[in-house]
Amino acid sequence: MNDMPTPESIGLSREDLPNSYIGRSVPRPNVPKLVQGRATYTDDVQLPRLVHAAFLRSPHAHARIARIDAAAAMQVPGVVRVFTGADLAKVCDPWVATLDHLKGMKSAPQYPLPLERATWQGEPVVAVVADSRAAAEDGVAALLVEFEPLPAQLDMETALAPGAVVIHPQLGDNLVFTRTAEKGDVAAAMAAAHKVVEATFVTGRHTGVTLEPRSIIADYNRAEGTLTVHHSTQAPHMMQGVFAKQLRLEDGQVRVICKDVGGSFGIKVHVYPDEVAVAAMARILGRPVKFVADRFESFVSDIHARDHRIKGRIAVDADGKILAFDIDDLTGIGPYSVYPRTSAIEGNQVVNLCGGPYDFANYRCTTTVVLQNKTPTCQYRAVGHPIATAVTEGLVDLAAEALGMDPIEIRRRNLIRDDAYPYTSPPGMRFEGLSHHAALDKLLQMVPVDRIRADQAEQRKRGVHRGLGFASFIELTNPSPFMYGIGGARISAQDGATVRMDPDGSVVVMSGVTEQGQGTEGILRQIVAHGVGVPVERVKVITGDTQTTPYGGGTWACRGAGIGGEAALQSAIALKQQILVVAGAMLQAAPDSLDIVMGQVVDRDTGRERMPLAELGRIVYYRGDTLPKDLPRELVQTRHFITKEYPFAFTNGIQASWVEVDTETGMVKLLEHWCVEDCGRVVNPLLVDEQVRGGIVQGLGGALYEHCVYDEQGNLLTTTMADYLVPMSAEMPDMHVGHVETPTKESLLGAKGAGEAGTAGAPAALMNAINDALRPLGARVTEQPFTPARILAALSRI
Amino acid sequence: MINKQVVARGLLGLARGMSSMKWPAFGYARARSLQDVWRLQSEHGDGARLIAGGQTLLATLAFRLSEPTVLIDITQVPELRGVSVEAGTLRIGALTRHAELGRDELIARHAPLLREAVPYIAHPAIRNRGTIGGSLAYADPAAELPACVVALGATLVLASAAGERRVRAEDFFTGLLETALRGGELITAVEVPIATAATRSTIAEVARRSGDYAMAGLAVHLSLGSNGQVAAPRLVYFGVGNGPVLAKAAGAALAGRRLGAESIAAVQAALAGDLDPPSDLHGPPEMKRHLARVLTGRALSRFLPATEVAA
Ligand SMILES: Cc1cc2nc3c(=O)[nH]c(=O)nc-3n(C[C@H](O)[C@H](O)[C@H](O)COP(=O)(O)OP(=O)(O)OC[C@H]3O[C@@H](n4cnc5c(N)ncnc54)[C@H](O)[C@@H]3O)c2cc1C
Repeated sequence: MNDMPTPESIGLSREDLPNSYIGRSVPRPNVPKLVQGRATYTDDVQLPRLVHAAFLRSPHAHARIARIDAAAAMQVPGVVRVFTGADLAKVCDPWVATLDHLKGMKSAPQYPLPLERATWQGEPVVAVVADSRAAAEDGVAALLVEFEPLPAQLDMETALAPGAVVIHPQLGDNLVFTRTAEKGDVAAAMAAAHKVVEATFVTGRHTGVTLEPRSIIADYNRAEGTLTVHHSTQAPHMMQGVFAKQLRLEDGQVRVICKDVGGSFGIKVHVYPDEVAVAAMARILGRPVKFVADRFESFVSDIHARDHRIKGRIAVDADGKILAFDIDDLTGIGPYSVYPRTSAIEGNQVVNLCGGPYDFANYRCTTTVVLQNKTPTCQYRAVGHPIATAVTEGLVDLAAEALGMDPIEIRRRNLIRDDAYPYTSPPGMRFEGLSHHAALDKLLQMVPVDRIRADQAEQRKRGVHRGLGFASFIELTNPSPFMYGIGGARISAQDGATVRMDPDGSVVVMSGVTEQGQGTEGILRQIVAHGVGVPVERVKVITGDTQTTPYGGGTWACRGAGIGGEAALQSAIALKQQILVVAGAMLQAAPDSLDIVMGQVVDRDTGRERMPLAELGRIVYYRGDTLPKDLPRELVQTRHFITKEYPFAFTNGIQASWVEVDTETGMVKLLEHWCVEDCGRVVNPLLVDEQVRGGIVQGLGGALYEHCVYDEQGNLLTTTMADYLVPMSAEMPDMHVGHVETPTKESLLGAKGAGEAGTAGAPAALMNAINDALRPLGARVTEQPFTPARILAALSRI
Repeated sequence: MINKQVVARGLLGLARGMSSMKWPAFGYARARSLQDVWRLQSEHGDGARLIAGGQTLLATLAFRLSEPTVLIDITQVPELRGVSVEAGTLRIGALTRHAELGRDELIARHAPLLREAVPYIAHPAIRNRGTIGGSLAYADPAAELPACVVALGATLVLASAAGERRVRAEDFFTGLLETALRGGELITAVEVPIATAATRSTIAEVARRSGDYAMAGLAVHLSLGSNGQVAAPRLVYFGVGNGPVLAKAAGAALAGRRLGAESIAAVQAALAGDLDPPSDLHGPPEMKRHLARVLTGRALSRFLPATEVAA
């Protein structure tokens, strides 16, 4: 890897970076295209000889597949072929989703279509390929599949009990993974404490509901021996490796193209059996096969998340100092751990993150990850954070209540001091630099606490119950190989960018991170425009093609700006230096006496314009004969970036929620919401604020509305947007966003992730606000979503 | 271990239309008169389905809950349009869109309950297409308009090739998504007795999000004498049963009494005998009963003179 310029080596402080687009709300380049309907989603890609797949999905939570009769389906006009698990297994190997560093983890081999048993309702069982999707669905309707229903293991609480249905007999039991982190002496701390309080928290199973559903077109070209996959994904390079490995191809035979993506939230970074089936069918048929999940399929087959039950205890001394946390987390993940990230990471994150914002000595946290016959769960926006934050902040509020202490005061007394860094938390997380107290101070400037408390008291007299809740949080971003790589997963923590200048002086950047609708391409453009010294309009961004972009991990765990952005900045600066070498030769000036400002080569000291980049480009590309023979003139540079000092760049923040609870109907009205977060360098304030707001909405959605509900047979009941309730604008409060900036020193850019902070803290802040409203009535809720039924039950009204 | 053998025939064996979101192939025909409708119905027999606003039908077709061979579009049938007043009766054509109910002058004057109900029905885009006829014919137990027409003591005008008949709204809703409509029959209009000076009506509901179907709701219609005495109360609950529930016991507890805290409490107590709600995704029957009581108190209190509300 090339040497990295530092602010010092280029003679500038971070704050002085010249003619900067960084820190400005520059509009995103792809917005006109998106709003004019000129984006290219996977479903928009038209290929000759295209056929469409539809799946027969298991109607049972657990059943033996006794017989598949495709005769009638094959008679349906337009149907090309029917594929069973056995058909696909001939060309496609199963996968097992475990990570080596998660000690003792186990899971069963998963095939694109199961061979013997269906293990969740909605699992794809048989595929029909036809001339159109409608014909394929007609074909599915004509399939005759005999299922012999088997007893299903649904309740995670009994998954390890004697008599449990062992979902994969070869595993011996339903235990996927368990881990305990322990530090200090929890038992002694609890025994000696002034107060110990405990509660059980439940976070509801929910899912991502991307506007654009999962979509894929796979095309196997027998003449070239290549598989081209158009895919709505967050991680094209990872998927390239997956398709190659499962279909017994070389990585180089597979190209994954991912143009516009309509939202991901973690849903599109996993390996789905129906998508691998599409690739396998294309491999067999030698023609392009398309599959676009419909909304119903999305609900039963997109990963679910956050199905946890957590028992927690907190110990405090008489001054409110936190002495210990003792946490026991249980999560049900469906019948398979999801490849390749695994479904144990969410529980593992709970272990790593509980107590995160606080300075305390004694910690015990266990996660137990078990199998069940429900839709598989895996990483979804803010993986584990909303759970850990709800438990931590719920317990902190309970401790404050037991002590009669103000919730702000108990936080002030226990948040890690801003001058304590570097700091290692009890579960071993290393923090480079956080700003809990600065964030709290900033929040208190924004939230009119006195006015709110006065209003609260006044309203109570009139029988109106309002509450204010707080939640501090930490967020893990910019992951290094310590997240997946060390576990053996082929998931790149490194990312690259290639930046080139074309003859007209315009700049093209190709990046390994991807755009999901959140604005990655917008910030890459700003960073490159800044780094090279050209107007943003002169920069084109290319992402999402394994054949043209540098190898990288894609977009997940809030790494787009921090990792991909840094790679882009480094290559942009390298290109600028290269351009100035050429300019120096042409202008007979020392390269370091020159600079590039808004597309003009200028004298660094005076700013006098010397030459437009288009002129430099014209000479380099068309009149290279006029330049010195030995002058290096490659106007293209590539840099890769990976974090090295810290396994993760942690961010932090605090949120506040102000609500009104109708104690007769159990309805919660969101009045106002605040978030202060510290994502390091803010590249584009508008985009960061909207990420935070969107994240808050997703967090509030999970806490109030969203819930994947199953009946006792394992039927998913919430399979339409009328039953699975997403948050809508009418119910959302005004949200105020503030920032503290503590840039990471690991990179020149200094950016950490910002995409998950809102989701991490919102449910906890809301829970604490609801409980603040209910407290005088002696009621409390800790089970999400906080539905009217649960609130009324807590109030003993029903 | 094996409970029983079942054969799933693709979607048909599956409880909720698993694996399908594309419409089956069907034909389309636009009727320009009732005569057209009768002709098309006789041509296509049982395979024909009427489509009005399509806001319910198209979703159910996407799930392939039914597979009609042809949709007969009735939106261009003039006999089903218009709002008018004749001889003390407000006539609302079946094709009247929800949005039109919300802005029609005659409705505002003579059946303000319907106007008040409109903002609770779905969202503006759906209200611009959905029709009162479609809503009544579909008879969703949580829908607002069926409860309103029962509360208003309305009469539904039904027509078929054999002629016209009238059915009282409270006799029209016969079960879960079931009505008195016979094969080949459609709703042409709703006839509502017009409001008098003594008429009081209101609607109250609790829904998880604005525009959602109600967890529980109530449409009330009554006459209030100058002495505060209630006559002819009709309390109709929705979202708490198989269809709109006209609460007879609760009505009896209110009829002839002076409206006030006491009589409202009596109505709430009497409700126990009127409601037998099923549980649903939102909660158990107790919750629905509780919400019905709360809504009853809130709705009836709106008719109290301002001086009595304070408490
Ligand atoms: C997202 C969403 C939310 C909604 N929320 C609500 C809500 O909160 N409250 C509510 O009340 N409704 C709600 N609806 C339903 C909406 O009000 C529908 O418009 C209405 O129920 C059906 O009217 P339509 O004209 O669209 O009927 P269509 O969908 O066209 O038809 C529905 C059924 O009625 C039959 N039909 C139509 N017209 C006639 C007629 N004149 N005579 C006999 N049969 C007829 C059709 O054959 C069909 O079986 C919602 C709909 C959506 C999509």
